[in-house]
Amino acid sequence: MAGGRGEVKELEILKKEGLSTLYPERVKISVGRATCGRAAGAEDVYTFLQDVVARRGLEWDVSTVGCLGFCQGEPLVTVQQPGWPRYVYSRVDRRLAEQIVEGVAAGKLPKRRLLGKIYSDDLLLTGEKVDLAPEGDHPLEKNPFYGPQVRIATRNCGYINPESIAEYVARGGYLALKKAVQMQPEEIIEEVVKSGLRGRGGAGFLTGKKWGFARAASGDVKYVICNADEGDPGAYMDRSILEGDPHTVLEGMAIGGYAIGAQTGIIYCRAEYPLAVATLKEAIRQAEKQGFLGDNIFGSGFSFRIRVVEGRGAFVCGEETALIASIEGRMGEPRPRPPFPAQKGLWGKPTNINNVETWANIPPIIMRGGDWFAGVGTATSSGTKVFALVGDIKNNGLVEVPMGTTLRQIVYDIGGGTGVFDLKAVQTGGPSGGCIPASLIDLPVDYDALTRAGAIMGSGGMVVMNERSCMVDVARFFIAFTQDESCGKCLPCREGTRQMLELLDKICKGEAEMSDLELLEELAYAVKDTALCGLGQTAPNPVLSTLKYFRDEYEAHIRERFCPAGVCRELFELTVDEEKCKSCGRCSEVCPQGAIVGEKDKPYRLDQDKCIRCRACLNTCRHKAIRVVPRRRYQPR
Amino acid sequence: MITINGREFPARDGETVLEVARREGIWIPTLCHHEGLNPYGSCRICVVEVTAGGRPGLTASCTLPVSDGLVVETDSERVRRCRQVLVRLLLAMAPNAPVVRELAEKLGVTDTPFKRLGADKDGCILCGLCVRACEQVGAYAIGFAFRGVRRRVTPPFGKQAAACMGCRACEQVCPTGTVKFTESGDRLFGDTWQAELQVVRCPECGAPVGAQPLFGHVREQLDNTGIAVENLCPICRRKKLAGEMAAVCVQPK
Ligand SMILES: Cc1cc2nc3c(=O)[nH]c(=O)nc-3n(C[C@H](O)[C@H](O)[C@H](O)COP(=O)(O)O)c2cc1C
Ligand code: SF4
Ligand code: SF4
Ligand code: SF4
Ligand code: FES
Repeated sequence: MAGGRGEVKELEILKKEGLSTLYPERVKISVGRATCGRAAGAEDVYTFLQDVVARRGLEWDVSTVGCLGFCQGEPLVTVQQPGWPRYVYSRVDRRLAEQIVEGVAAGKLPKRRLLGKIYSDDLLLTGEKVDLAPEGDHPLEKNPFYGPQVRIATRNCGYINPESIAEYVARGGYLALKKAVQMQPEEIIEEVVKSGLRGRGGAGFLTGKKWGFARAASGDVKYVICNADEGDPGAYMDRSILEGDPHTVLEGMAIGGYAIGAQTGIIYCRAEYPLAVATLKEAIRQAEKQGFLGDNIFGSGFSFRIRVVEGRGAFVCGEETALIASIEGRMGEPRPRPPFPAQKGLWGKPTNINNVETWANIPPIIMRGGDWFAGVGTATSSGTKVFALVGDIKNNGLVEVPMGTTLRQIVYDIGGGTGVFDLKAVQTGGPSGGCIPASLIDLPVDYDALTRAGAIMGSGGMVVMNERSCMVDVARFFIAFTQDESCGKCLPCREGTRQMLELLDKICKGEAEMSDLELLEELAYAVKDTALCGLGQTAPNPVLSTLKYFRDEYEAHIRERFCPAGVCRELFELTVDEEKCKSCGRCSEVCPQGAIVGEKDKPYRLDQDKCIRCRACLNTCRHKAIRVVPRRRYQPR
Repeated sequence: MITINGREFPARDGETVLEVARREGIWIPTLCHHEGLNPYGSCRICVVEVTAGGRPGLTASCTLPVSDGLVVETDSERVRRCRQVLVRLLLAMAPNAPVVRELAEKLGVTDTPFKRLGADKDGCILCGLCVRACEQVGAYAIGFAFRGVRRRVTPPFGKQAAACMGCRACEQVCPTGTVKFTESGDRLFGDTWQAELQVVRCPECGAPVGAQPLFGHVREQLDNTGIAVENLCPICRRKKLAGEMAAVCVQPK
């Protein structure tokens, strides 16, 4: 091929270029500048570092990387210099940044807020290993947050500059595409089938099988779509991948396009992710320039282009038929399936839709083989899953673990536990999912185990809740979300979720009867059974799963007009437990009302008339001396 | 062949389960379905239970295409209970609509435990029949706006329905009687859509025969078929036709 576009030689040149910036002969300081980093002040640290380095006339690189996952500790900064391990620092501010620069110059790096050191990089795709320094103390793998993780989909996040295609290539990028276009499309699909990869967008359908349908559908014009609508509250796996490693999604889509016979790919990304959109657009521009997207890719005759379409943030537009309607410029409303998008999708053409994380897993599967991927995880849920681990947990962040890892490992080993207050439940699958009680903490996290427990894998939101969470209130939160996000097309979802919210409001206010509980349950089952699309069909899950495991809590709200967790304002009072009170006075300090007073060596006292039940004391007392009790003015029914 | 309630029935490709059931005299309640309009699947009252040959569970029969070996139940316990919940939700929405009351009665429901929560005062159940009728006559004068419980049918931006041509198809299909038109002198008012149109009168007898834009639209649609459009009212048209036929038939050869 003439021009060297999308050629093997091109890959070699790019790889050299990428290695020269990944492992420069000089000092390199990288700042995690994904959205999570920016929210914690990464931009300030980044410009500050640039200024300091420039001011001191140092010939160092100050570079950008995506999110390394430890969002709790953002801004994250890594420091690399020839012959040294890569130091990973957390919660870096100007002061620490200055100390780091001084430390490098003096040959002695600070220990403060050091998460760990990376001694070598394993390149997942090529099997190569790059040694930075001989093994030594504080390896990052020993950090409990990182130790149990296996990073396949997020293999490059936090390692490469997302705006550098060369760095992506240097870690084995676009080799899978090159390999794929030399294979028969059927062979690729076979490989994906073998991998056992299941869609990471929620339903967990077998990706290879879905590709097979789209391949088999007749038509010259076909489409592949990347679903980057990510609407679950608290979930941000897809955003992190798009911001940290956009090319893996592009490469996956190109491979998928080749396999099913599509020439066009569309990424439907929510507009609330401006950084992801900008990163994607830049990545597409670079990939086109190098000839990895465009005409005649790697001289194979295969042509493929990708464009980004921005969604305007309706949760329901993540549902595939609504998503298609939205791309076509119509109202984002689902339609009944069949016909499935594989038969009649975008503009009526066969269309294959996959989630961001699903696409990100494709290049490794093609490079390492389906069998390799199937060897990770469990028999029916292969590979890894990225979770957004949030809530009442010490280490918030983005974690990628092999399927089958237990909740205990995720919550306690990686997440560092829930602190003073005991774990009560873990919510997975967002508004479509359910609450798993602490008693099932040894549940292995895979599609089937979660479904059996009454939750779902969903897209990867994982909200940890401690004993201070009211499960009725949690169910109410999710129903409030779904009733607000329901498109309103079908009766059960539109009216049903609204009535469910009304009933839950009643329960939380202590105005409900036991018959309301039956009504709620009957309604929940009917909505689940009759709604048109996945939104309505799964909206009752948070209610049903909390009813399954925490029915006593519902009953306490109704019968005793008491919220045992102390959340529903009308239904509890707070008192100081005289036995447990250590007279430390912390509660008194945080009370905005001055409702708690006391003196040394005597239990503190709480004045009911002043207390507004803001819970500040409850969440502050390390000795659990603040007790939640029923309101005295309510008599149990 | 598909199986409904334990009996096998022949079915053609492209048919829906509802169509087969209707042909075979099996009753399935419907609300948002109309034979002349595209299926939509919004009221869900027509749900049936798929037990084999498809994804098991309940699904709307008006949008479910037949497939060989499909087995459904139209009146299982689960179906009945769900329909009852649905009609109770409808009763909370439009307690006075006769169509809802009748349906409730047929399903053995007398009242609703649900509160009436700011539902549309006119008894609209958001079935979408009017919107589809308007789309399919080609006017696109009305549509849905807003999401979830705020959803409603409206002309664009809630303004006067400028594209309405006064065909009154929406009024014709509306099951709840929500859509209303009134005539006054030479004006036709689409009350629900704030439309105001010129009435066309029969040149023979002076009876109102429709709205001005409608004739323009029909003329446009029939433009190259050579069929002439006349403004005659049905009676005068029949009279005229009879006269012409008489002229043809009675004339000696
Ligand atoms: C209400 C609703 C919202 C959804 N939102 C998303 C989303 O934000 N991202 C996503 O990938 N899939 C979402 N899905 C699932 C998609 O419909 C579809 O199954 C998925 O994109 C397929 O990709 P996968 O097979 O790779 O998982 C949603 C589904 C429903 C019913
Ligand atoms: S289930 Fe909800 S979101 Fe889905 S079509 Fe029905 S109303 Fe719309
Ligand atoms: S009367 Fe007007 S709004 Fe109604 S269907 Fe006809 S054109 Fe549409
Ligand atoms: S106005 Fe009538 S036809 Fe239109 S959506 Fe409402 S009930 Fe249905
Ligand atoms: S008649 Fe089938 S969904 Fe309304």
